[in-house]
Amino acid sequence: MVMTATDLPSTEAAAAKPRRSPVGNAYAYLQALPMALIFGVFFLIPIALVVVVSFFDYQSFDILIPDFVTFNYTDVFSSEVTYRTYLQTLTFCLIVWAITLVLGFTIAHFLAFYITSLPLQIVCFLICTIPFWTSNVIRMVSWIPFLGRNGLVNQGLMGAGITDEPIEWLLYSEFAVILGYVHLYTLFMIVPIFNSMIRIDKSLIEAAKDQGATSWQILKNVVIPLSKPGIAIGSVFVLAIVMGDFITVTVLGGGQIASVAKTIQTELSYLQFPPAAANAVVLLGVSILMIFALLRIVDIRKEL
Amino acid sequence: MAKLPYRGLMIAIFIAFVLFLYTPIFTIIILSFQGPDGGLTFPMRGVSLHWFAELFGPQSIGDVWGAFYRSLSLGGLVMVFTVVLSLMAGLAYRRGFLGSTALLYVAIASLIMPSVVVSLGIGAGFELAGVQRHWSTSGLGAHLTWTLPFGLLIIFAVFNRFDPAFEEAARDQGATGWQTIRYVVLPIIAPSLIGIALFGFTLSYDELARSSQAIGAVNTLPIELQAMQTNATTPIIYALGTLTTGLSFLVIGITVGAAMLIRRQQQRQGSDAGKGV
Repeated sequence: MVMTATDLPSTEAAAAKPRRSPVGNAYAYLQALPMALIFGVFFLIPIALVVVVSFFDYQSFDILIPDFVTFNYTDVFSSEVTYRTYLQTLTFCLIVWAITLVLGFTIAHFLAFYITSLPLQIVCFLICTIPFWTSNVIRMVSWIPFLGRNGLVNQGLMGAGITDEPIEWLLYSEFAVILGYVHLYTLFMIVPIFNSMIRIDKSLIEAAKDQGATSWQILKNVVIPLSKPGIAIGSVFVLAIVMGDFITVTVLGGGQIASVAKTIQTELSYLQFPPAAANAVVLLGVSILMIFALLRIVDIRKEL
Repeated sequence: MAKLPYRGLMIAIFIAFVLFLYTPIFTIIILSFQGPDGGLTFPMRGVSLHWFAELFGPQSIGDVWGAFYRSLSLGGLVMVFTVVLSLMAGLAYRRGFLGSTALLYVAIASLIMPSVVVSLGIGAGFELAGVQRHWSTSGLGAHLTWTLPFGLLIIFAVFNRFDPAFEEAARDQGATGWQTIRYVVLPIIAPSLIGIALFGFTLSYDELARSSQAIGAVNTLPIELQAMQTNATTPIIYALGTLTTGLSFLVIGITVGAAMLIRRQQQRQGSDAGKGV
């Protein structure tokens, strides 16, 4: 039998929300207001402005000229570079998604099922999450002594006589960018998948075992289906980050490698707001399509 | 539960993953102690504090200390805003209000929105309004769009596990709404609030993508670091990386320690809720 997480009763969530009324009282509105204001002023209005500005005209000394022109978009879609850049970014998405999914699932599986002592589980989980709270740029830079021309990997390979001269594609390459993504963002897979896994009722697994299921069958028919919400949330995170990234491609790609967000960032450095905004709207559209496809699998609200 | 298969292999994978996570950062910590003639990679040419001294000396590497100061101040501001606004919103969600679902979806959208789009929007907004961009205004707002969703999701998880019987008991004893929050709810959820503070500070302190168009004329530390690394030829960038990573570890250590201490005290005394009245 295949159960999905939505079939599971969520009694704790139901019990924990006391005197919830559909309209609420004045206090609730006052308490929610500050956060709503921040999101309104610094998120909703800016996103709307990006759409508006994408139809503006611009000149070198007058960076925003209110207007309704469409050439910012025709420029985006008529340029062959756009398609190549999207292809590059989507390729990164696919590769990084596959690697972080398999790696993240494996690590989460280990943390959730192989470690039975709670303190040890907390410690191992913390070990995995601590780097999340440290500087991303420094974590990227820290690959330089490994992957550089005279880095540890090349020194090791040449010392062992495997190659005669240093391998050039280790740093400032697509390889380095993918390695950076996996290094930085596997955590975004581990946490939601782990969160789904620890909610799996252990008696389901026992039951499957009693019925003679092999451990592979348990993984395939019990653990993976019940981890789906976590897998979907983790995938949304990883895809959204890689789609919008310009820092990792800049630091580890070394100027050779394009990404959609980097294109936007470059246009902004020349103060070309309207074309950057048009690019951003297209990026947003593509990201939303990807995320919607994923969210059809899961109701995020049930997961909290 | 019976023994799981491939136990040894799984342990090996986990250890390999942890090494993959930590080895690079420890490598640059070691390399930051290079001698004065040392380069960006091994071998070590002596051991010294030369590159740290270089950081404190009259430098040619931009305004690192100004950036450091701005990052700390902004991180502190973001931390306070994140804790207070998340707590307030969490309380609002317990009462229920019209638009609560919409606010949640906005928060999630803000979390997964490509940072460059948010940053561009805020930059364009300030530009159109003719307001100077500054780290304490547009920068603060940009960072909050990144930290508040984390705060809200954590406070949700906290209140989902919160037993309303504590509040009912307080009310039965005649506590006012404010007293119930101050002396019952807050002490119980204090460790989680510390957790939200950790997210607020560290996510802001290391934020780069959303800052890029929103921060104004002067840089925060991550922006300064990214600018530095493009033309870094000496281990000075490792020294700065070691310092900033050390600070992050310190903040994480203090936070985790404080949260554990409070929890232990609560366990020893039962809950200390109500003790303050």
